[in-house]
Order: sequence, then structure tokens, then C-alpha cells
Amino acid sequence: MKKNLFLIFLFYVILKPSISFSLVEIDITRGNLDPMPISVSPFFSDKNTDENIKKNLNIENLGLEISKIIENNLEKTGLFDAIEKEAFLQKPDIAHLKPRFEDWALIKSQVLITGKVTSKILNEKDYINIEFKLWDVLGAKMVDGFSLTTTPRSWRRVGHKISDKVYERLTGESGYFDTRIIYVAEEGPKTQRIKKLALMDQDGFNTKYITLGSELVLTPRFNPANDKEITYMSYFRNMPRVYIVNLQTGEQKVVGDFRGMTFAPRFSPDGKKLIMSLAKDGNSEIWVRNLETNIQEKLTDHPSIDTSPSYSPDGKFITFNSDRSGYQQIYVMRSDGSKVKRISFGKGIYGTPVWSPRGDLIAFTKLHKGKFFIGVMRTDGTGERLLTENFYQEAPSWSPNGRIIIFYRETKTDDKGQGFSAKLWSIDLTGYNERLVLTETDASDPSWSSLLGN
Amino acid sequence: MNLSKILKNVFLVVIFGLVVTACATKKSVKTTTESKTTTKAAETQKTDPIEKLDALMQGDVYIGSDTVGELASGVPDRVFFATNETILTTASRETLRKQAAWLRQNSDVTVVVEGHADERGTREYNLALGERRANAAKDYLMTYGVSSDRIKVLSYGKERPVDSGSNPLSWSKNRRSVTVKAN
Repeated sequence: MKKNLFLIFLFYVILKPSISFSLVEIDITRGNLDPMPISVSPFFSDKNTDENIKKNLNIENLGLEISKIIENNLEKTGLFDAIEKEAFLQKPDIAHLKPRFEDWALIKSQVLITGKVTSKILNEKDYINIEFKLWDVLGAKMVDGFSLTTTPRSWRRVGHKISDKVYERLTGESGYFDTRIIYVAEEGPKTQRIKKLALMDQDGFNTKYITLGSELVLTPRFNPANDKEITYMSYFRNMPRVYIVNLQTGEQKVVGDFRGMTFAPRFSPDGKKLIMSLAKDGNSEIWVRNLETNIQEKLTDHPSIDTSPSYSPDGKFITFNSDRSGYQQIYVMRSDGSKVKRISFGKGIYGTPVWSPRGDLIAFTKLHKGKFFIGVMRTDGTGERLLTENFYQEAPSWSPNGRIIIFYRETKTDDKGQGFSAKLWSIDLTGYNERLVLTETDASDPSWSSLLGN
Repeated sequence: MNLSKILKNVFLVVIFGLVVTACATKKSVKTTTESKTTTKAAETQKTDPIEKLDALMQGDVYIGSDTVGELASGVPDRVFFATNETILTTASRETLRKQAAWLRQNSDVTVVVEGHADERGTREYNLALGERRANAAKDYLMTYGVSSDRIKVLSYGKERPVDSGSNPLSWSKNRRSVTVKAN
């Protein structure tokens, strides 16, 4: 991994809107069947900027590309409907200065986004400054905006930061666009699958492969407190163990000193502890390791299989699955291992519980009558809601704002073992807006990062 | 648990009067679906090559020889398990006794027992299940005189199927533990 993968944003300036009250608002707590019409004007740039960007990035029209990132992000939420750019009546540069609101109301746009890209040279290095404004067309007012300067190659992240700002402003929820997804890239026949760790932007761009595929790797997960760190399981030297990787330096280390297979790792919300399973002598228990003191402790003590642990966002509880009742079911305990309580009582088998970052729900995989479901339930097990059903799917992971669940789905093979594929999918908590997440290869075990830091 | 597997079990109950050797909790789950699926099962019987399948599976444990390799001449390398189970069948014990006998005669050989699961379970649970299966085989080998330091255990969960099909027969071949020479 190159050190400059995570670039520093400079000169982050908030443009003061003329009024801080927005007339346009979206309720995202239910399935939205009436998306808000929005116009994203291409960001404009002068000739000098165009030439510099062509030289640096080999992109003809960066302003247009940035507007497409924003459009794509917002449309994928299902909450917005981007109006075709051909319908726009006003030129990007004039619209950015002061839109003629009638022109945008005429094409039924409720919200308008405009912007400007300028190339800059600081200390003999190339930078770009990107300015954006969010306009309420009906209220005829600017409602938000900012300007930031960054290295040319992190231009996509600017598009994501703008998308986050727009989303936050219009829904009242925090955004999730300036994020990454770590997953397992898969290739080859089912019996000899090659698996690599892969990292990409939330929208499928900038894919980087972290391992080469020479050993089996599974279940990567972001540290929620540090987006430059992940944990995963590797079969390096045929010793299946949990590792922590620094994505910036590429350094990795095995976690703990266990005699036996360690697997199913997850960080605590503050990133200071790691919970995982240790399988030894035919029994799997849940362990916690304090990454600062290196003290490790066994949390469960039962002859059944106890695995797939996940912390509550306040760090006080752990949910996990166990087959102590005869079949895999979901349990909750205090983070010291006390007060174990079963919470899933519906028909079928329940596994892979993952606590929502908002704290109120647990996402899970359920197997019932030969079908796999991704669902959510309250943390006491009530209010079970199944979001999606298929032949095989599992491994839910929450978007950082807790509105979307990403998971993977495998298709069934035919009698000859053909037709197999594994892909990432996302679905809104509402159960609407199920979407294929684009990946370069087949993919599984997704984990969503927190909003990226600088 | 898979519907077609339940169907298959119901078949056997209906047609051959065999009792599936599952634990008590599982039986109760199966019983609830039994009445609904019996007619369906009877219908499928006409078209399904049930006799051929029956020669390959007992309950849902694979008893055929496809995919089975040899640890040594005349010593099969693997044993098969029922869905979600780690119990060794009579046939499995016989195979493991052969392995143990051969290992006692060849005391310089060390082995890895690889535990596997089918694709019909969550990944992490299947890693644990594979480990449990491999240890069931290891424990049995130890009972028959192979010392524990000669046997390593390695679970692959559902990551290394031998049969890539998505059907009960393929799954039965994949629920296995395989004893592999390590030196």
C-alpha cells in the first residue's frame, strides 16, 4: 500500500449560506416512492484549469465528472431523481454565481447543485480547489456549500464529500458516501476459489487488492474508529488466524498467541479491543483481546459453537450466535460475558448478528425452509423484519449511518456445478432499494468503513 | 436445513421406514414439516431417481465412493457427516479404524485432518463446524492408538468443496473430514 493512498484535505472552508433554514426535506424512514427531482449542474472550470487537469489526471472535463459522482450517489439512495443535463437551461458558470430559479423550477427541479473547479499551485505542487453550492429552487435561496483544496488525485473523494453534505442537509441524517468497502474478491471454480482482500470506494471505484491470493482470506472488517485499519482471517502457512492490517503501511500482525484456529474477528467501537472466536479441541468460544494491554480473556464457556460476535455501539454488550439450543440462534450478553440471553425465537436458524451503529437494531442472516434471508430485529429480539430472501446470502454489514445494509449473495449452480457467482448487494433498512454493488470481480464478506477521516 | 433435505428424509421415513439418526431437537423440527411434505414427497418419487440416490446416501450422509481417495492402499481417506452433525456413523468409524491401524503401522507418518462443511450455512459457523468434525475424527483415531501429536486439525469450513453442485448429493459429499498425510 502506498502511503499517500489516504490524502489530506487542505483548506476546508464552509461557505456561509445566506439562510440556514432549508425548505426542502426528505423523510427517509419509510420506502420513498416519490424521489425528489434534483439537478446537478456540471461544475465549471476555466481554460487554464482544464489544461492543468488534463496534464495531471488525463481527464477532459473534471467538473462534469464530479457532477456525475454526485448524481450517481444521490440516485442510488432511491430518494432523489436526477434530471437529465440536456434539460438544463442555464450555463454552469452563471448558475453557480446566481441561478435563475425560474429556469430550474420550469424543469421541475426542487434542488440545484452547482460548483466550480480551479487549479492551484502551492509550493510548486498542483492542487485543485472545488467549490460547491446547494440551492433550494422553490425557496430561491442558497442553503449550503463549501470549498476545499486537495491534491488532484483525490477528486473523487470531493464528489463524495459534496454528496454527503447534500444528503445530510436534505435528510437530516449523516451521509455515507465518503467511505470505503473492504471485501473478499473471488475468482476461479468453486472447488478452488482464489480469494484476495480488496478495498474500494463505496461506489465501486479505486479498487485496490491488499493480498495476492496465494492464501485463503476471509471476513475482513474495518476498525470503526480508524478507517486505515482492518482485521481479517488468513490461512497463511495453513494456520488459520486472525490478523490486523494497517492499510497505510501494509504492515500486518497476527492477533494474540492462541493454540487453535482464531476466526470471526471484529473490533470494539473504540477500536481498542478485538473480539473473535477460538476453535480448539472441537469447541469454539468467544474471546476478547485488549489491543493496548495485550490481555486476552475468554467470554463464553459452553461446549456448543459460539461465534460471529459483534459489539453494541456503546461497547457494553456483545451479540453472537450459538447452537447451544440445538441450532444456531442469536444471543446477547454483557461485554464481560455475563448475562447471556437468547433473543431469536422465530422459525429457522439465525446467524451473523451485527449490531447497528445506531444501537437499536441487530441485522442477521436467517435460514428457513432452504432459503436465506437478511433481516433485522430489535436488540431484545422483538420486531423481526426480513428484508430480502434468496437461495444463499449472508454477512450483513451496516452503512455508517445505519440506514443501509450491504451483504453478499451467491447464486446456485446447476447439475454440472456451473453458473456460480458471488456478488455484493445493498438494501435499505426499509426493505426497499435493493441494488447490486459493482465490483471488478466476484465478491463476498463486505465491511463498510466509517466516514473517512483526513 | 434445506427443504429438499427434509423431503429426502421424509422419503426414507415413508418408503423404507428408516429412522433418521438425528438428535431429538432436530426430529421435532422435521416432524412439523412432515405432514405437509409427505404428499409432495410421494409425488416426486415417481420422477426422482430415488433408488440411485438411496445407494449414495443414507439419511443425508454420503455412502458412495465418488471423490473418496486413499490415505494408503485400501485405506479410505475421508468420512462423511449428516447436515449440521459431527457424529461418526458406523461406516465412518470403520474407515477411521482402518486409518488408525495403518497409522499405528507407520509410526513416522503425521497427518492433518481437514474438516469441511457444505455451502448451506453461514461462513463463520461452518468454520467452527469443520473444526468440530475434524476433531471428532481425530478423537476417534486417538481412541484407536494414534497419539495426538501426530494429528493436526485444520478446518476449511465451506471454503473447499469437492463437488461444486448445489444439490443434496453434492452437499453430502462436501460434509466430510479428510485425513491427509503431512510428511
